[in-house]
Amino acid sequence: MSENIILHDMCLRDGMHAKKEQISVEQMVKVAKAMDDAGVPYIQVTHGAGLGGNSLQHGFALASNEEYISAVAEAVKQTIISVLLIPGLGTMKELKSAYDNGARSVHVATHCTEADTSPQHIAFARELGMDTSGFLMMSHLNTPQGLTEQALLMESYGANTVYITDSAGFMLPEDVTEVISRLRAELKPETEIGFHGHHNMALGVSNSVAAIKAGATRIDASVAGLGAGAGNTPLEVLAAVLERMGIPTGLDLFRLMDIAEEIITPMMDHMVRIDRDSLTLGYAGVYSTFLLHAKKAAEKYGLSARDILVELGRKKMIGGQEDMIQDTAMTLAKEKGLLKEAV
Amino acid sequence: MKKIKCALIGSGNIGTDLMYKVLRSEWLEPVWMVGIDPESEGLARAKKMGLKTTAEGVDGLLPHVEEDGIQIAFDATSAYVHAENSRKLNAKGVMMIDLTPAAIGPLCVPPVNLKEHADKQEMNVNMISCAGQATIPIVNAVAQVQGVEYAEIIASLSSKSIGAGTRANLDEFTYTTSNAIEKVGGAKKGKALAIINPADPPIIMRNTIYCLTEGEPDEVAIRDSVLKMIEQVQKYVPGYKLVNGPTFDGNKVAVFMEVAGLGDYLPKYAGNLDIMTAAATRTAEMFAEEIANGTITLTPVEAA
Repeated sequence: MSENIILHDMCLRDGMHAKKEQISVEQMVKVAKAMDDAGVPYIQVTHGAGLGGNSLQHGFALASNEEYISAVAEAVKQTIISVLLIPGLGTMKELKSAYDNGARSVHVATHCTEADTSPQHIAFARELGMDTSGFLMMSHLNTPQGLTEQALLMESYGANTVYITDSAGFMLPEDVTEVISRLRAELKPETEIGFHGHHNMALGVSNSVAAIKAGATRIDASVAGLGAGAGNTPLEVLAAVLERMGIPTGLDLFRLMDIAEEIITPMMDHMVRIDRDSLTLGYAGVYSTFLLHAKKAAEKYGLSARDILVELGRKKMIGGQEDMIQDTAMTLAKEKGLLKEAV
Repeated sequence: MKKIKCALIGSGNIGTDLMYKVLRSEWLEPVWMVGIDPESEGLARAKKMGLKTTAEGVDGLLPHVEEDGIQIAFDATSAYVHAENSRKLNAKGVMMIDLTPAAIGPLCVPPVNLKEHADKQEMNVNMISCAGQATIPIVNAVAQVQGVEYAEIIASLSSKSIGAGTRANLDEFTYTTSNAIEKVGGAKKGKALAIINPADPPIIMRNTIYCLTEGEPDEVAIRDSVLKMIEQVQKYVPGYKLVNGPTFDGNKVAVFMEVAGLGDYLPKYAGNLDIMTAAATRTAEMFAEEIANGTITLTPVEAA
């Protein structure tokens, strides 16, 4: 177990999903300053879907990624600004522009079996001198052996960290232990391992602890859990647990608690918590970001969000296929006679 | 009718699927298959089907162009080598159908602008991308009714159907497709998203097309135009099918499509291969028809 654990806050990126991309530049600056003061070493700042995310598919944010990044970069003293880049959505042009505006770290994200769509982007990020993570989304859909092969690919492209990403909040602590241990054994010693959890089954904290015990040194979390589904691993809770375990994080715990209570929670449009729909995400292994889209489609076509989510899980839809939520809802509604057939 | 002789360059997923389409054509005769890996399955299949093969790349083909009367070549290699392939073959008077995202020639989507290119006797036309071929007809169908401020397409592809070249160069796919949504589709601004889904059994290619119209959408006219366009595409891709929509929400039009392939090389889930290779075949046939009846004559292009 490493002495040095880096916590990476996701409020201003994953949290955008929970806010339908409607966090203002002013709010981002306020949150970022508070995180900076509390000693958070990395914060991720972009549209919820990352670079290139502004779209009909993923919603339009209140400002461009460049506006968010440059405003936050100017406001912080020590915190490093990171971004998310999903190849197929974001491109190297957008990465360069994020870098020019102050981003110095990037999660290059692919589905957990498609690491070979990321070599251009990982190599380019390293060329820019960025802290570069490969980010294997929906990790529960691959085996420990398969994830190791994918992680080795990302390492070979130049990633200095590889993340196991539990996008659906589906993994159990023993799954996390198994895969992280295997990665630790097979990746180069200088390559760091990260874990990104979701709290849909209330396992965000215990999964992160399991990851750390197995050798992970980078953990993504969100103050007050602001993030997709039932939220990310709540950062202040994890920080408290790590302190109790005697693992230094360099964070000001009481300040983080205050940020959660006084800044983040009042920003929430709905309580980010485990309800029947977010629990369904974890239980059925569905991409957490689908939650609000499914609720909207359920309302529009007179269906239950849970039925839509279960069907999306059955059809093995993955991150980025938000268009298939409306499509699936329409098809379900036709089967139930709630919607007429297309011409 | 004398068939026009063709060479297929690239023996990967696309090149191999293309071979089966061209073999069935009334206008085209595939004579050569060009690869770079002597062990590739594509070359083995080509040999079995009676084509001449070389694993020496385009340079292995060049000495045979005149004696074998090659007039049209399909390039299914990668954006990085296409320009050089095209230069060498154009210099010998061979017309190029480009299936890479290089896009050095004009962009072609058969039901939208093929006739225009044939009339201009282009020596290199580009087929954009599978996602472009599957979605641009719909964008154009909406744009024919009224102005489209913005069009966005999402292509979901089965992991097994995406070859190494596309994977390693995903940005080129994004740039070329986005640009073609504007240039050929007629949208003022275009954006393309690609998702590669590894589900097993593999998912059938899905495409969602969103258009933001200028002013309130004319629902009846748009639906009519979209349905007519689908019929046009179905002439060369029978598995091109409307699943849901068009739906209208404010000025947002959404159309949900599915493309099942013919299963020539990969099984029918890989509709993305078919729509690309069928569009390329359709394009070559249009040129072949005009070459055969003397409307156009191919002339060597002097190296610049």
